[in-house]
Amino acid sequence: MIDIPGTLRRGWRELVAHIDFPLLLITMAIMAVGLSTVYSATFDGNERIFSQAGNMGVALVIMWFVSRLPPQKLMSFAIPLYLLGLILLIAVFLFGIKVNGAKRWLPLGFTRIQPSEMMKIAMPLMLAWYFQKYEATLGFKHFFIACLLLVVPFALIAKQPDLGTALLVGGAGFFVIFFAGLPWKVIIGLGAAGAAAAPMLWNVLHDYQRKRILTLIDPTTDPLGAGYHIIQSTIAIGSGGTFGKGFLNGTQTHLEFIPEKHTDFIFAVYSEEWGLLGNAVLVFLYTLLIARGLIIASSAPTLFSRLLAGAVTLGFFTYAFINMGMVSGILPVVGVPLPFMSYGGTALVTLFVGIGILMSIHTHRMLVKK
Amino acid sequence: MGDFHNPDSDLDRFRFRLGFAAIVVLLAFGLLIGRFVWLQVIQHDFYQTRAEDNRIALIPIVPNRGVITDRNGIVLARNYSAFTLEITPSRVPNLEASIDALATVIDIQPKDRKRFKRVMDEAKNFESIPIRTRLTDAEVARFAAQRYRFPGIEVKARLFRQYPLGSVASHAIGYIGRITDRDLGWIEEMEKQANYKGTDHIGKNGLEQHYEFELHGETGYEEVEIDAGGRALRSLKRIPPVSGNNLSLSLDVKLQQITEQAFGERKGALVAIDPSTGGILALVSNPTYDPNLFVDGITPDNWKELNDHPSKPMVNRAINGSYPPGSTFKPFMALAALEMGKRTANQTISDPGFFNFGNHHFRDDKKGGHGTVDMYKSIVHSCDTYYYILANDMGIDNISKFMGQLGLGQRTGIDLGKDGASETKGVLPSQEWKKQRFKKPEQQKWYAGETISIGIGQGYNSYTPIQLAQATAVIANNGVMFRPHIVRHITDAKTGEKRIIEPQPIRDLKLKPQNIDIIRRAMVGVNKEGTGARAFAGAPYESAGKTGTAQVYSLKGADYKAHSIKQELRDHALFIAYAPADKPTIALAVLVENGGFGAQSAAPIARMVMDYYLLGKLPAGAAQEDAAAVEDDNEE
Repeated sequence: MIDIPGTLRRGWRELVAHIDFPLLLITMAIMAVGLSTVYSATFDGNERIFSQAGNMGVALVIMWFVSRLPPQKLMSFAIPLYLLGLILLIAVFLFGIKVNGAKRWLPLGFTRIQPSEMMKIAMPLMLAWYFQKYEATLGFKHFFIACLLLVVPFALIAKQPDLGTALLVGGAGFFVIFFAGLPWKVIIGLGAAGAAAAPMLWNVLHDYQRKRILTLIDPTTDPLGAGYHIIQSTIAIGSGGTFGKGFLNGTQTHLEFIPEKHTDFIFAVYSEEWGLLGNAVLVFLYTLLIARGLIIASSAPTLFSRLLAGAVTLGFFTYAFINMGMVSGILPVVGVPLPFMSYGGTALVTLFVGIGILMSIHTHRMLVKK
Repeated sequence: MGDFHNPDSDLDRFRFRLGFAAIVVLLAFGLLIGRFVWLQVIQHDFYQTRAEDNRIALIPIVPNRGVITDRNGIVLARNYSAFTLEITPSRVPNLEASIDALATVIDIQPKDRKRFKRVMDEAKNFESIPIRTRLTDAEVARFAAQRYRFPGIEVKARLFRQYPLGSVASHAIGYIGRITDRDLGWIEEMEKQANYKGTDHIGKNGLEQHYEFELHGETGYEEVEIDAGGRALRSLKRIPPVSGNNLSLSLDVKLQQITEQAFGERKGALVAIDPSTGGILALVSNPTYDPNLFVDGITPDNWKELNDHPSKPMVNRAINGSYPPGSTFKPFMALAALEMGKRTANQTISDPGFFNFGNHHFRDDKKGGHGTVDMYKSIVHSCDTYYYILANDMGIDNISKFMGQLGLGQRTGIDLGKDGASETKGVLPSQEWKKQRFKKPEQQKWYAGETISIGIGQGYNSYTPIQLAQATAVIANNGVMFRPHIVRHITDAKTGEKRIIEPQPIRDLKLKPQNIDIIRRAMVGVNKEGTGARAFAGAPYESAGKTGTAQVYSLKGADYKAHSIKQELRDHALFIAYAPADKPTIALAVLVENGGFGAQSAAPIARMVMDYYLLGKLPAGAAQEDAAAVEDDNEE
């Protein structure tokens, strides 16, 4: 006799063995909000909801695979992935093609890839591996080397220029170093040095980046140029009011006043239609996601998994905060999508690799102890 | 180094830092929520308005301009619908190329392009702007067949101003033209900016200008939802425009037309007034021009021709031409003498044919003089010597005071052009006037000898035809003066209600009936047995008049021979008249520039006007008055 229900049950159990349901539910909830907003942003033009649903399916499958990889396996990817990313970034620097004035893409004949995206994962992975390796003898030297490992890819990405991705990569790396125990004195010292170096940094920034910062301070100086994005998105958010204009009723959205409304500025679309109440729900969902990530980090068994889980989780925070901050006009406009909301396959895959890593760390913790 | 080795303290530190990170996350999200509250609750109204402003465009709907009709309902200015070819720049990707392609289908001149460019610079992106006006049916058909090639370009029906009678009464009606910066200043001054959104024409002179804000109407609006590209998506609300009010004139355009024809090639002016109301019956300035030329912006060639023409057709001689009144001044002088007690009707002088004052020798027109002359004869036969003496007896300031009462040398306030700015004042000489007029002290002094020629309407005297017509109307109306006006009533387009322009009495001169009677009898005598008798021979009504000839050129004692001097230096011919003599319904002043004797060229025009106005009789031929035999009678 074949025990069909038993087989099915065992199969199901095996299938979901490494799934963390709280994390899955929270991301699914955010994605549902995101999908409906992509629908609203694109239904009257270039329909995107089905291809975004497809992207989500692919990303979930990848998440499933990653979640099944034990942390030791993840560690073994650290160096190859980091080196590959670094080589590709150098290749971009040398042979990359320019799109819209920025050299971000590497042509591969049949397609082109954006290596900086890969660094979002490779960077924390590499640094967590590095700290794990020297856990017993950790000293200032290691922090210095870790900083070097961080700065080189960061500089290459910032040079492309792609400030948004550079911030995310740099952020992910910094979080690892921070959780590894970088002394407060150094953090404060670096902060002070950074503030002092700000005027110098200003000189290094590209014209368009300076313009974005200037228009943040006063968007009305260039209402039809660089300030247009910020002005229109703040109008969208502000006119949404407490309860929003209602699903599919955003005038700023549907009359095309919001630029990049299904990608980087999707939050303006959501905020216009759902108001302050919708914003509170969304921020609450992100808070839950981060809380869950931090809990996973806190209960992780090894230094590697702790550092990686903490950095990945704060990476989600960085994404969400920078995006909502720029759309609502308190941060300069940098190209950062809103996690699990913005349309786009690549970013979604990277995000779900992160989720998969968190799940892997959480569901393999008992195995490590055994 | 020891800090880095203890696994337990490492874990504690890690968890502490996680907690720290959690607090940073909460603070950052709190900051975001605070920002959302600021935008969505505190500043909500502001952003709500901004979003609405973004979304909604008000597209003005221009009202129909009011129609102008004469006293019998004949249309003088109206609107007609014509097809225009219009471009909405925001919907045309490559404007230059599209216009080039369009030019292969429809005739587009460089001037059309220039005009289009100019209008486009001032307009909003989503407005459609005409590139060609008045398309022919063939052009409309040609474009319709190729329409698919031209997105954003449409044929539209628009209203145009038209003056169906062309040049007839053009100086009275005026014309409209494209709004210029100066017109914008006027609109702002009148605080009418809102009502002129979308309007591109405005009254430039004449009635069209004076009654601009009656004729214009109220602009309507269409609220249109637009997208970020400025495309109109759907109409939300429509407030229809209210057409401008219609003007109904006291002017009789048939009379006007006959008069203009009577002038023919000659330059001059005629103003005919209903003395009991001040209503203008005809206001002629010859030559005229076609106001239709101005509606779409006059071409430089046409403008040059009109502006540079030696006969100055653009000048409204009736209110802007200032001329010495010549002998038409005499009845007013006589009236002044009676009213001021300087003469009685029966007082006589003996006229030797000249008057000597100091070293000056003032000649009478009739050699040897008129003999014994009383007031009646002085008017009927236009005796100069009588008035030389009278002027000397009265003195300049007495003359000036009385003539001022008659309205001479003052703007009449006729409803033409912009208030006060359109009329010429003329010159009413007085000691004060001379003081103001000249700068050097020796020129400022009034010399008694200068008064003498004032008495026969020469010297510094200079009045507009409308002032003479008004003064004549005062005599016809026994001393009560009305402000001249062309519009009789205004019909409200909304309610259909007629607003009568009430006759506006300016003043009552309180003339003694016996005095006015003497003057009126003498003026009747002019047309019966005097200088106007030939022109009014056989008229079935009794009329009153006075001829005049105004010197353009001082002869310095030589004999005047009309044909021996240049046309533009010949005397101006004048005639003032009213009829019927007992109960006047028409008073007028005629001026023919360089026309010679008033009796000869001005009076026959007056006769023709009165024949038509009183009898409905059309003139036999336009050149009738020229055909009349010229006789050197005792004219002046």
